[in-house]
Amino acid sequence: MNDPHLLTLHVNGEEHEVVVEPRRTLADVLRHDLRLTGTHVGCEHGVCGACTVLLDDAPTRACLVFAVQAEGADVRTVESLGGEHGALSDLQQAFSDHHGLQCGFCTPGFLMLAEGVLAEQPDASREDIREALSANLCRCTGYQTIVDAVCATAQARREATA
Amino acid sequence: MKPAAFTYHRAHDLTDAVGLLTDLAAAGEDPKLIAGGQSLMPMMTFRLARPSALVDLGPLRRVPAMTAIADDPEVLALGALVTHHAVETAALSPGFAVLSDAMRWVGHLPIRSRGTVAGSLVHGDATAEWCLLALLLDAVVVAEGPAGRREIPADELFHGFYATAVDPDEVVVEVRFTRPAPHAALSEFARRHGDFAIVDAAVALELDGDAVTGGRVVLGGVAPAPVRVAEAEAVLAGAGDPGDALFAAVADAAATAIDPPDDPPVTAAYRRRLTRTLVADACRRAVPQTVGGAR
Repeated sequence: MNDPHLLTLHVNGEEHEVVVEPRRTLADVLRHDLRLTGTHVGCEHGVCGACTVLLDDAPTRACLVFAVQAEGADVRTVESLGGEHGALSDLQQAFSDHHGLQCGFCTPGFLMLAEGVLAEQPDASREDIREALSANLCRCTGYQTIVDAVCATAQARREATA
Repeated sequence: MKPAAFTYHRAHDLTDAVGLLTDLAAAGEDPKLIAGGQSLMPMMTFRLARPSALVDLGPLRRVPAMTAIADDPEVLALGALVTHHAVETAALSPGFAVLSDAMRWVGHLPIRSRGTVAGSLVHGDATAEWCLLALLLDAVVVAEGPAGRREIPADELFHGFYATAVDPDEVVVEVRFTRPAPHAALSEFARRHGDFAIVDAAVALELDGDAVTGGRVVLGGVAPAPVRVAEAEAVLAGAGDPGDALFAAVADAAATAIDPPDDPPVTAAYRRRLTRTLVADACRRAVPQTVGGAR
């Protein structure tokens, strides 16, 4: 009953062809088949948010989507954020500046969650951002510094477009 | 923490979805529909659910009616693939604004972005916000099966313990909310924000000027299925001024009427106390700000 499927996935602007079992989650296909190991896997049942990616611009738990369901969708992972030669995006730099990470395991999920939230709500208040970030778990920072980093990025982006 | 193996089938239109369910069942399979999958997938990873075949409704998102929100002041119709987040961000007419307001209680943003209203109703969790709202606003679930379409009213939908009146060979195509409630609110308690509620309460008040003339009280987490509490609604029906005295009486009536489950981590007494607190809170939130002194 393996029922292998040939899929074309659009990830970070590139097309990838993979053959996978339907029971393989998008998180596992990203990590094991596409070797995009920036997406982390924590709880595997939709609670921790470490595997958050953007699916057609919406923050989504990659452990709660089968890869076969993602065919035809635009997938963005944390690998899409940085520039060349390890350059950080504004949001990543803000996480560094505000000590928004310690061990870093949850960080890819928080980054993609925040990217999705700020794209949809560029005028998000600190309270809006706190509410949105409550979706993901972090065991190191105590969250305040993550909220600081996302608020600072939101503010900087608003000033840049003003 | 990996789901058991299954075969995967894409439904390209409604007829295809119904046909796949029928054909797979006839072939001895145990097919299950997947749309957003935000309840089904955790159950599959825990292997609490082990369907041998999944029929994916994802391609039906291209059918405009399946994601449509048709907002009439008297009836709100949601296509079966409308997500929680689509309702959260929709500008609904005042009679249905409670639905948008209640969405912040449904999981977290990434869950709401993918999970569907119809999926939540068919899943039939006794604490699910949509199940309470369906009873509050007289939802009608439109389901299509091999014998055609039928309409299932909310008060016949929930059989308890995740069982609903939607048959295994039926596909929900639309959910209609037929009872506008401009003065309504939902309140709930979970140990962590975004978790499943231990108890949740939804209240709709009927007002004549500044006086309460009736209303509905719906509870989740106190029985195998969400329930309307006639005893609490009777207090609202004989009512008067919307205020703490009335709302305490409604809350007491609700807490006395129920016979909640008694588990070691969450006792029946605790669920009763939560019921009292949450019903009063939902009543207070349901009062419009224009009613003087009530808040």
